[in-house]
Parts: sequence; structure tokens; C-alpha cells
Amino acid sequence: MIAAIAFYLFAAILIASAVMVVTSRNPVHSVLFLILAFFNAAALFLIAGAEFLAMILVIVYVGAVAVLFLFVVMMLDVDFSAIREGFQRYAPIGGVIGLVLFAELIFVFGSWSFADNAAVLRLNPMEPGVENTRAIGRILYTDYVWLFQLSGLILLVAMIGAIVLTLRNKPQAKRQDIGKQVSRMGSVNLRQVRSGAGLAELGIERPPVDAPAEKPKPIAHDHAHGGHH
Amino acid sequence: MYVGAIFFPLLGACIAGFLGRWIGDKPAQWATVFFMALAAVCGSAAFIDVALGSAPGVVPLFTFIDVGGFEVSWALRYDTLSVVMVAMVTFISTLIHLYSVGYMSHDATIPRFFAYLSLFTFMMLMLVTADNLVQLFFGWEGVGLASYLLIGYWYEKESANRAAMKAFIVNRVGDVFFMLGLALTFWTFQSVEFETIFAGIEAAQGQTFLGLPAFEVIGVLLFLGACGKSAQIGLHTWLPDAMEGPTPVSALIHAATMVTAGVFLMVRMSPVLEYAPTTLTVITIVGATTAIFAATIGCVQNDIKRIIAYSTCSQLGYMFFAVGVGAYQAAMFHLFTHAFFKALLFLGAGSVIHAMSDEQDIRRMGGIWKKIPLTYVMMWVGSLALAGVPYFAGYYSKDMVLEVAYAAHSGAGMYAFAMGLLAAFLTAFYSWRLIILTFHGAPRADHHTMEHVHESPWTMMVPLLALSAGAVMTGYYFYDMFVGHHQTYFWNGAIFTSATNQVLEHAHHVPSWVPLAPTVVGLSGIALAYVMYMFAPKLPAMLANALPGVHRFLLNKWYFDELYDAIFVRPAMHLARVFWKTGDTRIIDGMPNGAASLAVGVAGGAVRLQSGRVASYAFTMIIGLVLFVSLILVGMPR
Amino acid sequence: MLAIGLAHYLTVGAILFVLGVLGIFLNRKNIIVILMSVELILLAVNLNLVAFSAQLGDLTGQIFAMLILTVAAAEAAIGLAIVVIHFRNRGTIEVDDVSTLKG
Repeated sequence: MIAAIAFYLFAAILIASAVMVVTSRNPVHSVLFLILAFFNAAALFLIAGAEFLAMILVIVYVGAVAVLFLFVVMMLDVDFSAIREGFQRYAPIGGVIGLVLFAELIFVFGSWSFADNAAVLRLNPMEPGVENTRAIGRILYTDYVWLFQLSGLILLVAMIGAIVLTLRNKPQAKRQDIGKQVSRMGSVNLRQVRSGAGLAELGIERPPVDAPAEKPKPIAHDHAHGGHH
Repeated sequence: MYVGAIFFPLLGACIAGFLGRWIGDKPAQWATVFFMALAAVCGSAAFIDVALGSAPGVVPLFTFIDVGGFEVSWALRYDTLSVVMVAMVTFISTLIHLYSVGYMSHDATIPRFFAYLSLFTFMMLMLVTADNLVQLFFGWEGVGLASYLLIGYWYEKESANRAAMKAFIVNRVGDVFFMLGLALTFWTFQSVEFETIFAGIEAAQGQTFLGLPAFEVIGVLLFLGACGKSAQIGLHTWLPDAMEGPTPVSALIHAATMVTAGVFLMVRMSPVLEYAPTTLTVITIVGATTAIFAATIGCVQNDIKRIIAYSTCSQLGYMFFAVGVGAYQAAMFHLFTHAFFKALLFLGAGSVIHAMSDEQDIRRMGGIWKKIPLTYVMMWVGSLALAGVPYFAGYYSKDMVLEVAYAAHSGAGMYAFAMGLLAAFLTAFYSWRLIILTFHGAPRADHHTMEHVHESPWTMMVPLLALSAGAVMTGYYFYDMFVGHHQTYFWNGAIFTSATNQVLEHAHHVPSWVPLAPTVVGLSGIALAYVMYMFAPKLPAMLANALPGVHRFLLNKWYFDELYDAIFVRPAMHLARVFWKTGDTRIIDGMPNGAASLAVGVAGGAVRLQSGRVASYAFTMIIGLVLFVSLILVGMPR
Repeated sequence: MLAIGLAHYLTVGAILFVLGVLGIFLNRKNIIVILMSVELILLAVNLNLVAFSAQLGDLTGQIFAMLILTVAAAEAAIGLAIVVIHFRNRGTIEVDDVSTLKG
């Protein structure tokens, strides 16, 4: 009874927030409603007994994907009001398509039944008494290890792809080039200076001039410009 | 070991191809050489095991295709036939890899070259060890691809690109027939595995296809496929052009290995061919015609590599007519020895080209034999073997081929014998024409080039020496095994000869003038070359003036390129022009205005459809999905 | 077995799916919301998979759902990366402007 009430509650919130995701005027709100939708979907998973997936959904989606969405929405300086123009133009056709699709899905669900030997055909039957996470772990790292590795590979490719897409080299950006610094032999030299000695005694130190065409400035205040920029 | 012989080259190709950029030119090229050497060691060990120890076997790897009743596994078939090829291919390929280290040392993209070369070797090995026709076809296409890549290796050269495309397209013509033959084989035997095919020969004997005996049709189709790969008359046009590739490529692909794939295929299918007498006759006639035809052209060519290319074409003709008269062993024997001396000739030619600063025209060479004596000697050895001078490799195999042709006692056999004898004369003639024009006489190259003539580095000379040893000894050493008294033991059932086929036995009992004849005509060919080019250098020009028609006919390679241009290329262009002029200009453009405006209207609608807007495309996709689901729902059987 | 009937889950999934499709139509210009709609569609699929998995007592469905989660995350990352560079190049994220696909 409680499960039923919880299910209806979460399902209602899920659908309501999904509606808000697609209709709200401000994309930031959309993202926030998306997060809410994910939380409720996770709750539905929990009710169905898929605890592990529920947690993954919360962690991966809310923790990573939704935040990524939020980040992009806020980072890009987009005039969203201009984008809203023509909002209604495709609404009728979208509505018709949606209705047809929905009717078809319901129709399918209504006129459908399990095969007689469905219980026998199960690939990985759930064992009673083993909690969901343990059961998934048992098959994920044995029977489905290739699938698991493949998922990792997909994520790796996506990561590299995202980096490659967004990385840009600004020519004017200043970076440290260690090789260049190290190879600057001769332009920097260290000298021991007597403590307490002033400029008047020591005179002005200049780096060895390697470009004779450049005239030294009349007064140089730095000792040796060996610093790197 | 068996697997290693095949897959080490692939490993080398992968290292050089994928990692070459990071590990640098030198490590990449030496890696391929190293892995090729490993493969050669494995190949030789396999040869000793399988051929000499007579322990054939099949090494299953994995299932390639499994569709319904059609299952193709991936397995390495090791019997004497394939192991001879494996040993020969790995050995020669190793030498050529080594040679290329020296020859390609000034090239810009060395790892690429070596990757292609090793890839080619892998594909060739795949072809010869195939356990079924599909795998063989895989190797067949693979060597075609590698050959395309290697001919077009210097892709910035327009002519190289054209030659690569020509080779690929002409080979496609042959491949169509091969595929048809493959399909018909499956139709006839319900299998493409050699084991099943050979076992089912008896049962399938009476089968007909379109009213013709199925075996004959299969044989002819496969032979046409082999013609493309082995450059037999009609489909030979790509081979001389393929000389655009680097010389080691010509030596490996267009002399020793790939072009002999067709002969190999014929020998492999010997159980089927034995029951297809008409096909054998066709093969004999085509082979003999190619032998004489290519030899005549070889006599007037001026490009050093083209001469050798036509000689290859001619020698392949020999192999084919040996197959045609049912002496598969003799064909394999000639294939085996030919690989050595022809590779030697090509590499020697490469050495000459290298010495002459990339000059290939023999009219602009001459007088260099003192400067590159080792290369000179190597060319002599190769030519002696090619001409069939006694005790060189070519002597044994060519004699054998001609003897079996004579011993066949059939019309086609006699034709092949006559043509082969004539071709042997011409072969000796053009070989010495090449040697004399290249090495003797007054230097015809400019002063600058002559100053730079130098012997090649050791990486190029070592392969030459090894191959020359092969060109001298393989004939004598392997004669007994391939075609002599031990042949039944040696082949161990890898080649099938029916009980009535005693041609090899007869060949040992031909009249005594028959074995002597090739030597005599060979020597007289050499003598004629000496007379014409050494002692009376004016004679060739006089001859050309006296018979201008013949000379031009030969110089233009029997007008085959022009013929194809007229028959295939022009009509295709013409057809395209017809479509363009009438189809496009007259029908569509010349339509009445009403239709035109209708077209404009429709086009307007179509333009709106193709807005280029991603969103519209997404909508279309979704609508399509909905329609699709609806269709399934409506049409779903209840 | 499920505490709630399978049909309930499937209905929720269907509604979510249709909402996702609708979202693509409604926000045809705003590619970020389109991406979110795609996430909704994938969520609906996941819901179905989990529901069936629970109903049948078969874990395979949940494994599949995990793979879908992975792909969805990858898709979001790549999609947003494309949005960012598109914005950088054009200064807008309107999908309607993307008409360079025209032949």
C-alpha cells in the first residue's frame, strides 16, 4: 500500500517535472527540473528493486550530466528570449506525433503478454537473498566484462572527443616552456655579491650582450634579467 | 611455427604502419625485416616438416563467416603445395625487405613502404595457406590491394596513380570471374572448403550448369580469374604499367609471388580441373599464346623493367600451359625456380637503376660493366637461368615444361611445345639484348650520370647473392622432388592427378632431341643477340627499317592498349556522352515548358525539404519512426 | 516481482518518452533543451528496462540499462562540447541557424 502511494507520488512528480523540462522558458529551470526528474526516476528504480541503478542514476546524472548541462547553460551567454520565438509553430505537429506515439505505445502494452516459458528463458535469474548490487557485481565483472570494458572505452572516447573539440590554442597565450628555459645557458649567471655592498661599489652588472645591434639603455636598474616570463 | 610464418609479417606491417611515425624510420624498417626473417625461419621449418617429413595438417584459427548453412572457417592448410609457396614467399620476401633497406634509403616515407610490403606478404601467405576458396579470395583481394598501394606508392607521380588504378581495375575484371566461379563451386558442392570439394568430386561429376558440365564452367571461370592476376593475354595490360612502382615491389609482387597466384590457384584446384578436359585445352592455348606474345614484345621494349615484366608474362604463360597439359608439378617447379631468377633479375635491374641515378631506358646506358661488376655478374646468372642454359635453375624447369607439353601428345600440347620453343629462343635473345645494351658498348648516358655509377650497398648485394645461389641451385636440387622420381612422395596427395594422367611419366621418355631443343634454341638466341647488338650494332636499326610494320606492331605491344581503348574505354565514354547529350540535355532540359515549370515546382518543394536545418531532419526522423511503428502495428500478425 | 504492476511502469515510461519527443518539437531552436529531451527519452527506455528486469527477475535488463547510462553520459558530453564550439564560432546556439548541411 505504501509502495503504491509512493509510486504514484514519484511518478506524478516525475511526469510533472518532465513537462516542465520541455516547456519552461528558462533553460536553467529546465536543467533543475531535469535533476528533479532524475531523482524521482531513481526513486521509481528503488521501488522496482534496482538499488544500484538508482544510485548510479543519481550519481552519474545529477552529479555529472545535469551539472554539466547547468554549467554550459550558464557559461554560454545566450539570449534565450530570441530562441523562444516560434515556440508554438511546431507545437501542433509535435502534439499530433506525440499523441499517435503514445496511443501506439499504450496499444502495444495492452495487447502483449509474456511467453509461456519466459521464466525458463531468463539469462541471469535473480537469486533470492542476494542484494541487487552484489548480484549485478557478480555478473558485471564476469559474464559482461567485455560490455563493461566497452562502456569504459565509450566514456574514454567521449572524454577525448570532448577535449579535442573544445581545446583551442590561443597564439597569444603565454605558457611555460621548460625546454626553452633550460636551453638559455649563458644569459643567466649567478654571482656572489658581498653583503652590504651597494651599486656604487659594484657597478652595474649587465648580461652578456648577444645582440650587439641593440644598444644598451643608458641606465639599467635590474642586475641581470634572468627571470622567465 | 605454422601460425608464426603467416602472422609475423602482419605484426611487422602493424608496427611499421601504425607506430612508424613514433619509432622512426630505422626501427620501423628493421622491425619489418626482423619479423620477415622470423617468418622465413618458420616457413623453412614448416617446409622441412611438411614437405620433407610429409606431415600435412590443418591449423584451425577461428570461424570467419557463419551464415545459415554457409560456414567458412579460418584455417591454415599446410600441405606440400602450400608449404612450398610459404617457404618461397617468406624467403624471397625477406631478401627483398633487406634489399629495400638499401634501395629505399633516400625515400621520404620509409615506414609506409615497409608496412605495405609486409602487408602484402601477409596477404600472399593468407592466399597460399587458405583452407577454403573464400579465404583464398580474401588473400587474393588482399594482394590486389597491397599491389595497388605499392604500385601507386609514389602517389605524387601521375603515371604511378594511373598504373595503380589500371592494375586494380583490370584485376577486378578477373575477380568477377573468380567470384562467379566461387559461387558456382558453392552451388555445385554446397561448400567452399577444399577438403569437402575434393571429397565430393566423384559425386558431383554429372552435374551440369546451364546445360554445360559444371566442372568445365567452374574451371573456365576460375581460369579467367587467374588470368587477371597472372597477366595472361587479354588481361596482361596492367603488368608492364605496374613497373611504375619501386623496383623491389616489381621483384616481389610482379615477378615472384602475386602474379603466380593464378598458377597456384589452378594447381590448387587440380582435382576439379582433372575432370574438365576442355578447360585444360583452353588453358594450354592461352598459356602458350601468352608465352610467345609477351616474348615478341619483350624483344623491342627499351625500358629495362618493362623488358623483364614482359619476360615474366611470358614465363607465366609457360606455367599455365604446363597446367593445361596436366603437369601441375612441372608448373609448380617452374613457378618455384622462376621466383628466384626473376626476383634476381629485377633486383639486379634495380641495382642498375640505382647506379644510373634512376635511369631506366637501356638506350641511355651501356659501358658500365666494369664499374658495377657484381651486379653485372648477377644479371648474367639471372639471364642464364631465364634462358635455360644447362645446369641453371631455369634449365631444369623450362625443359620439364616443354617436355610435358610434347609428351601430352595432343594438338594443344604440340602447339604449346612449338610456341614454347620459339618463346625460349626469343627469351634468350631479349635477355642478352638487355645485358649487352645495358652493360656493354660505348656509354650513352651523360657524363654526369656516368661519374656517379657505383656499386650498391651491402643490403642490396646480399639479397642478390642469395637469390643468385637460388637461381643456380634450386633447379638441380629440387628436380627430383618436384617432378622426378620422388614426386609422389614429395607432393603427398597435395596435387591430384587422375589415373589416366600419365603425362609426367611420359615426359621422362620423350625422344632425346626434345630435352636438347630448348638448350639449343636458347644458345642460338644468345648468339643472335651477340651478333645483332655486339658485333653488328647497325643490324637492329636496319631490320626495324626493313620491316617497319612488324616493328611498330611489337613496339606498340600488339596494340592491346589501343584495342581496349577502342573497345571498352571509348564506348564507355561514348555511352556517358550519349546519356549526357540525349538523356540530360535533350530529354530533361528540352522538355516542354509545362513540364519544366512542373519540375521547378517539384524542385522547389524538394528544396524546402532539404533545408539543411538539423532540427527539420530530427523531426523527419521522429515522424519516420512513428510511421514505422504504426506500420508494424498495423501489419503485425495476430 | 514488482510491488506495482508492470503496466504502471510502462505507462510512466511511455509518457516520459512522448514528453521527450514533444520536447524536441517544442524547443526546436534551443539545442540544449533538445539534448535534455533526448536524456528524457533515454530515461524512459531505462525505466522500461528496469521494470521488465524486475518483473521477470532477470538482471540482464539492468546491465543493459547501465550501458544506456554510459552511452547517454557520453552523448551528453560530446553534444555539449559541440554546442560550446558552435557557440564559440557563431555566437548563438540556435539550431535553425545550422543549415550548412545543405548540399
